[in-house]
Amino acid sequence: MSVEDLNPRARDGVIHPEVRAPHDESERAQDGGRLQHAEAASKPIRAPQTREKQPRGAKVRGDRPIDQAEAAERFLAAPLHQAAHDERLWDLRKKRDASAHGIPEWEELREIASAIKAHTLTHLDHYLEQFEAAAKANGVHVHWATDGADHNRIVLEILRSHGARTLVKSKSMLTEECGFRHHMAANGIEIIETDLGERIQQLDDEEPSHIVAPAVHKTRMDVAEVFAKTLGTDPDNDDAHYLAESQRETTRPYILKADAGMTGCNFAIAETGTVVTCTNEGNADLSGNVPPLQIHSIGIEKIIPKVEHLGVFIRLLSRSALGSPITQYTSHFRGPRKGTEMHMVLVDNGRSARLGLEEFWTSLKCIRCGACMNTCPVYRRSGGLSYGATYSGPIGLIIDPTFNKRKYSTLPFSSTMNGSCTNVCPVKINIHEQIFAWRKVLVEEHQIPALKQGMMKAAGAVLSRPAAYRAAIGAADSALKVLPRFAVYNPLNTWGKKREMPDAPRQTFHAWYKQNRMKDTGR
Amino acid sequence: MSARAGILAAIRANRPAGDYPLPTVPDFTPLVGDDLVAEFGERLKRMGGRVAEPGSADVFAGVRERLDAAKVVASAVPELAGNRDLQSVRSPQEVEDVDVAVVRAVFGIAETGSVLFTQDELIVNAVAYLAQHLVVLLDPADILPNVQAAYRRPEFARSAYAVLHTGPSATADIEGVLIHGAQGVRSLTVLLVPR
Ligand code: SF4
Repeated sequence: MSVEDLNPRARDGVIHPEVRAPHDESERAQDGGRLQHAEAASKPIRAPQTREKQPRGAKVRGDRPIDQAEAAERFLAAPLHQAAHDERLWDLRKKRDASAHGIPEWEELREIASAIKAHTLTHLDHYLEQFEAAAKANGVHVHWATDGADHNRIVLEILRSHGARTLVKSKSMLTEECGFRHHMAANGIEIIETDLGERIQQLDDEEPSHIVAPAVHKTRMDVAEVFAKTLGTDPDNDDAHYLAESQRETTRPYILKADAGMTGCNFAIAETGTVVTCTNEGNADLSGNVPPLQIHSIGIEKIIPKVEHLGVFIRLLSRSALGSPITQYTSHFRGPRKGTEMHMVLVDNGRSARLGLEEFWTSLKCIRCGACMNTCPVYRRSGGLSYGATYSGPIGLIIDPTFNKRKYSTLPFSSTMNGSCTNVCPVKINIHEQIFAWRKVLVEEHQIPALKQGMMKAAGAVLSRPAAYRAAIGAADSALKVLPRFAVYNPLNTWGKKREMPDAPRQTFHAWYKQNRMKDTGR
Repeated sequence: MSARAGILAAIRANRPAGDYPLPTVPDFTPLVGDDLVAEFGERLKRMGGRVAEPGSADVFAGVRERLDAAKVVASAVPELAGNRDLQSVRSPQEVEDVDVAVVRAVFGIAETGSVLFTQDELIVNAVAYLAQHLVVLLDPADILPNVQAAYRRPEFARSAYAVLHTGPSATADIEGVLIHGAQGVRSLTVLLVPR
């Protein structure tokens, strides 16, 4: 099924005509043509000038289950933000399609990437040991961290032993997972994010809302407001070039003065002990090449066996994420620069346990491209912060519960089950099937008290045969015609309202909410 | 138990059942035509890079204006002198004021318009990011057809640092508006100059 079914107007290339920009500010190519590489939109998209307060994310109250629908409803109540967000992510999805269609072996590449990951994950002990040995031979200090707290403690020790007080870093979902910034702030270490989107989020004291485009839920007016407050820019100037330049000018002194630099890791090559990062801004290269002390944080699932395998993933990653054939920078850090130290921290934080979850271990194949988020109708209409978790969108639904079953017990219900995520995933994770499997687990474990047992059974009958399900969806061209309607609409009418859906249930949000969703889940 | 031992033990205990052999990656037919120079240039331009023809009298004719306007030029190539000696740089912060850096690429990739540098070509790694503009010399004979061919090259296994640049530093984090020079160089120009 395609998302067009849920977005009839998307066929014309525009979902929200109100966010068409009056003029185009994007960079031009040498021949004068409009450029759309990196995460650039394929056409100018601009939220209307009318000021609309930025909707904030889900309310997080300790371990209490996140109420994603409540936050989603607030996002929908900010129509300018919602429209710009939806348009922008749908645009990325279309850029991804065009890019994928340009490669005849695309499906074969996905198969191979998925198989390389399956192999590596089932031999992870061997490859981690190989990676460690290679890195040590390269003169790198290798550390192992059981969880986020362990990671933060190790990094703090490294920094303290060098008398380091400031650290510049590039974007890393792993360090978000570890609550790294907050922990370091509490210990007197100043952390500066160098990615523009991530820096916007840091200055606004918000988590990243998207794993590739952290500030995609903000309009230029929101950014102007944040920068005016924190960087002293002109509050009335919301020109994107001015705002980006202001960030460049104010971040560079930190990069030059920093005692240490840190990057995350997109791929870690066992054979050579190499950490690979993919960025468009070049900020991982600045973080790794300027300060005298260099730290790379690596999730243990990032390992791939050999350099030749990297080619497969590099060809898939940026095309899936942005529709660009490659990121502007693909950096391979293998050994320290003369006179400096290089540290690598291998972090588990629940990954080895996830490996033992029969139905869910393949979620470890994820290369964090964000394609499943861009294509997800729920995500596009509710914003990443509505999930109240480090990972949002379809991939978040299947890995967040492994971090905290109670807190994230409701997230797997934030899906239309349209299967679009599974179709775009470059490493072929059966995302929507895992979403359904989580629903079952959470019901069985009473994280969702007696939630519609009958409904689960009925949907289960269809979904328990994935091949049949996919075939049926393909033939019917719509999940609506295959699944019981609640499985599709639960709780779609939050996100589907204001959409022209032929069969949308005639129910108000509140009526639906009372009926379909246990507000006090797990209490 | 050490964290290392604990993690490895958990991985062994939780190993998923089943046999998952490492697939062989087949030789993919390059997506580009035979004219690698043209294909490379076209793709580089789409990624925001520029291509300049070397002049017959002056190799740097295509970027002469830029070089003449620059106060500080750091050259890592014998073809140009520059006025900042990279060999004598002690710490990366010293290249902070470089206007134009000139380096030679190890090779180019036609599929993506990328060029590769290692620490040997850059001399000071940071100059490729702290400079305002980057000028790259690339021998047309050094253009590989695709990413797969690139990852068969030995540089990746032996360099402390290797990096593929594809156009200049870019961001579109604000409403999808594409901006060059996010944190790194504002422009990247490739000059096709044989070694
Ligand atoms: S689950 Fe697949 S599509 Fe989603 S972010 Fe991960 S790799 Fe990308």
